[in-house]
Amino acid sequence: MRHPGRWVAAAIVVLLSAALIASIATNPRFEWSIVGDYFFSTRVLDGLVITLELTVVSMAIGIALGIVLAVMRLSPNPLVSVASWVYVWFFRATPVLVQILFWSNISALYPRLSLGIPFGPQLTDFSANDVITPFAAGVLALGLNEAAYMAEIVRAGILSVEEGQVEAAQSLGMTRLQTMRRIVLPQAMRVIIPPTGNETISMLKTTSLVSVIAVTELLYSVQLIYAVNFQTIPLLIVASIWYLIFTTVLSIGQYYVERRFSHRGSRDLPETPFQRIRRNLFSFRHATVEPSGGSGGSG
Amino acid sequence: MSAPMVRAEGVYKSFGRLEVLKGVSLEVQQGEVVCVLGPSGSGKSTFLRCINHLEKIDAGRLWVDGSLVGYREADGKIYELRDSEVCRKRAQIGMVFQRFNLFAHRTVLENVIEAPTRVKGVPRTEAVARATDLLGRVGLADKLDTYPAQLSGGQQQRVAIARALAMQPKLMLFDEPTSALDPELVGEVVDVMRRLAQDGMTMIVVTHEMGFARETADRVLMMDDGRVIEEGPPDRFFDAPREERTKQFLSKIL
Repeated sequence: MRHPGRWVAAAIVVLLSAALIASIATNPRFEWSIVGDYFFSTRVLDGLVITLELTVVSMAIGIALGIVLAVMRLSPNPLVSVASWVYVWFFRATPVLVQILFWSNISALYPRLSLGIPFGPQLTDFSANDVITPFAAGVLALGLNEAAYMAEIVRAGILSVEEGQVEAAQSLGMTRLQTMRRIVLPQAMRVIIPPTGNETISMLKTTSLVSVIAVTELLYSVQLIYAVNFQTIPLLIVASIWYLIFTTVLSIGQYYVERRFSHRGSRDLPETPFQRIRRNLFSFRHATVEPSGGSGGSG
Repeated sequence: MSAPMVRAEGVYKSFGRLEVLKGVSLEVQQGEVVCVLGPSGSGKSTFLRCINHLEKIDAGRLWVDGSLVGYREADGKIYELRDSEVCRKRAQIGMVFQRFNLFAHRTVLENVIEAPTRVKGVPRTEAVARATDLLGRVGLADKLDTYPAQLSGGQQQRVAIARALAMQPKLMLFDEPTSALDPELVGEVVDVMRRLAQDGMTMIVVTHEMGFARETADRVLMMDDGRVIEEGPPDRFFDAPREERTKQFLSKIL
């Protein structure tokens, strides 16, 4: 044997995995039949939908506001730049759970929300409790918090674009906004997209914090069920599997989006894992190994 | 005689405490080709960038085609132009960079039609027709759908020239257009520039390409330490330089 250490390590991994699987399969307290019963129950699926809605809307707010904050941060106007810095500082420096509780209790601070001119006439007026529903509070907290992180990601992306690109655009008479939208941001994407994927996956799980303000998302939905039937573990497993499924879907999506954006400007895309497996199987069967296709150049 | 295309009077520019331009004065007539020589750090590129307001000047006056660069004069006072006006003025001046600066995420054709369609509002079909024609003239008719990363440096620089020309500028600025090229690729870019000069384009060329300066320039300027120290027609300039500094510089690079 050339690598005895590897065989020992592999044996240990196999043994431990077998033990784990055996325990999961045979320990009756996992109550797999109950997991099965509730996996597709309406209340769980409704909760799942709300979790996905929270994720999408919060990320949309986070990305949109994050881009604005990043552009503000890079503005030559110091007041605008500092305002963006303060925003990022504030939201990153407070726990998101605290922010969620804060937004859900906003009516204690501002019982009525009104739109109008400062010190002048008011145009409209609402009760805060009517407008800031628990769902809205959750979206606000998650979205505004996310914007602070997205701002830093977008800023890094913008800074990664060569200064010469901006100068070339300006020398052609493009305005600052045109340059940003048409030249800088599209090229910043390859730097922005991978961490944005991470943020989205992270957001999917962070939405579970909103359970504390009684939004019936996935976690709170199963909590409501096990509060009645006391099947805590099986129901937490139900929620976990759903989180696993959707984070996996998002990871795969992230892979394809990244692949698309990082190779614009060069002709060939790298192989996907599926393509690689297919090619390997094929060449294995024919015992002739083709040199692997062109390496994607710098784009 | 019409007003000069470019006129500078005592132009000063500092970056922090580093004074780069220390009173540059010169005139470039319409249709003239002027080459600017000088050691690195002498302020050649900075001066070029001041002409299309990529850099703001600290003192002095700078006119392009009779109007101040980046400012407006009224009642004996000087007002800064709004961004949109600065952009409008820049659109009339083409600039070619040492590092090409083609838009990396756009094909050759998209690079050339971007500014005409977005800045001037030229209809797309018209912009494509003109771009195709221009790219044909710089010998790249077969590269329309190629991305910049797949082109050689010489090809990229020719696209960059076509991109600048697509805006139909009245003045072209070249900032060391051949300095980043492999020696065997310099010729193809110089050829394009020479033809442009023959077509009557007003050109200011910062270059180390002495052959181009000698054959094509109407006038050669020598800059050193933020000032223009000598100028003259190329024959006189190269064969009988007057300033000691010019002689030194020429002896090193010829």
